[in-house]
Amino acid sequence: MTIPDPRPETRRFEVGHSASIGASKSAEPVFDIDDLSVTYGDFRAVEGITLDIQPSEITAFIGPSGCGKTTVLRCFNRMNDLIESASVEGSIRYHGVNLYGPRIDPVEVRRRMGMVFQKPNPFPKSIYDNIAFGPRVAGHKGNLDDLVEESLTRAALWDEVSGKLAEPALALSGGQQQRLCIARAIATSPDVVLMDEPCSALDPIATLKIEELMLELKKDYTIVIVTHNMQQAARVSDRTAFFTVDVRAEGVRTGRLVEFDDTGVIFTNPREQSTEDYITGRFG
Amino acid sequence: MNASAISAAPEAVGRALSQHRRDVRGSLFRVVLLGSLLVAIGILVTLMVDIVARSLPVWGDRGVVDLISTEISADPARAGIWQAFYGSLILMVFTAAIAFPLGIGAAIYLEEYARDTRTTRIINANIRNLAGVPSIVYGLLGLAIFVKLLGGLTGPSVEGRSIISGGLTLGILVLPIVIITTAEALRAVPSSIREGAIGVGATPWQTIRHHVLPIAAPGIFTGTILSLGRAFGEAAPLLLVGGITTFFSTGDAGFIEVLQGRFSAMPVLVFSWARLPQAEFKALTAALIVIMLIVLLLINATAIYLRNRFEKGVTS
Repeated sequence: MTIPDPRPETRRFEVGHSASIGASKSAEPVFDIDDLSVTYGDFRAVEGITLDIQPSEITAFIGPSGCGKTTVLRCFNRMNDLIESASVEGSIRYHGVNLYGPRIDPVEVRRRMGMVFQKPNPFPKSIYDNIAFGPRVAGHKGNLDDLVEESLTRAALWDEVSGKLAEPALALSGGQQQRLCIARAIATSPDVVLMDEPCSALDPIATLKIEELMLELKKDYTIVIVTHNMQQAARVSDRTAFFTVDVRAEGVRTGRLVEFDDTGVIFTNPREQSTEDYITGRFG
Repeated sequence: MNASAISAAPEAVGRALSQHRRDVRGSLFRVVLLGSLLVAIGILVTLMVDIVARSLPVWGDRGVVDLISTEISADPARAGIWQAFYGSLILMVFTAAIAFPLGIGAAIYLEEYARDTRTTRIINANIRNLAGVPSIVYGLLGLAIFVKLLGGLTGPSVEGRSIISGGLTLGILVLPIVIITTAEALRAVPSSIREGAIGVGATPWQTIRHHVLPIAAPGIFTGTILSLGRAFGEAAPLLLVGGITTFFSTGDAGFIEVLQGRFSAMPVLVFSWARLPQAEFKALTAALIVIMLIVLLLINATAIYLRNRFEKGVTS
């Protein structure tokens, strides 16, 4: 089974976070997650997650530490495969295709989903090679120089590094490194960009730049961001999923989804008391 | 002095802050540590000075090159170490050719591909144990397998007591060390780099080839080359698999014949010469040890050079 290339289709959905209410939307979702649970060995990290990710939107996952938001994000591009003991139940459909189906190649999945990590993790190589690596391993045929320039431009980094592409990426500042990682993530022309607390290691100014960049990028990409920063979720996201963690008597912690709605609703008029408590800083 | 007695007056603060408490235990501990260091260095220096002093009579009328290029002889005035030097050199090349690809390959598999199962953990623990097995045991293994069992292949004309047998034995001897140091170098590569590469859609092989190995390379080179130093100094296993120290010709034999022929090695020659009664051989033994130390220094310097070179390659 191969995953149909969704890129031409995504243009059908123009930016639209208008009036729809609730967790289901009329448009065909990019991800359709149904009753997802992830277990590491005997430890159940998250349970019963059901939500959908809409195209050309920013969806934010918020919640206290240990609530499983990163775990869920890492199911989207099958990064959890790297952890041997991880097992996934329920279904994640990507444009209708079950990502955990028996014949799915995780490498192909990841080529359609760029990922940006908590700490900037550029390769200890040149700026150019950082961007070019993804396209190269994907067998890119066209002009790599143009692609590198385009990716860096879209990541709002070109002006700062255009003269020093051969210099080591590690010489850049933290904020620049993270934008480089974003450029690296979009260089393979993915459909989705997954961001795992992309600003947690950055100062406020660098954070602001990344947020502006995200708003710019959502015209072309579907973005899912995990964040500890509620203001960030409120500022950039169209829809927000609030996760929490249930601590059982034996000290077992399992994450679950409490509420998923338009960001405006979550932050002004949440249905659940625990969401409101978290948003207003009463716990978490 | 209790808390209420703390005064904010400048002279009182000044007095309080400038009184030096005497940390007797701390100073004592420091002296003991320094003592350990001095004893260790002292032993090393004594050994070195002693060896160099004993070797002095030789350097009076012969140089290092002369000693190396002269063949082994029973006459101390004409004795050199050529066969042993040459033998050690070929043994090192052989050892490296066996142990490096096998060891690095095994380590990459164990670290990057093998699942973390009970079996993997048992294998890992056993490799660590193997690294601690006395070298004479490897000598026995080499004697049983490469000399006795496979003698027809390793050295048909010398009953298997050939360079091939010696090299294979040393190769197996350092194999666990190569695996362990390579695995450590691989483990030191931050997982964020692997995630970054996997995240842009690289296959495991592409991730290893383009990111993990280049970053681990300095550590791998250092570890493997230092393991060669260990093989270089081993006498016991070579004595068992047939290293000899009497005269033999390395003459005009072809490459394969040399490999399948009888051999000597520098540590074996040290062992043999040290037991000879003549005073001249005592001095020659010391000179031989000095040459071995120089070779070892060169091996270690190569490791450091390669490490620096590759580290530079990674960051720029």
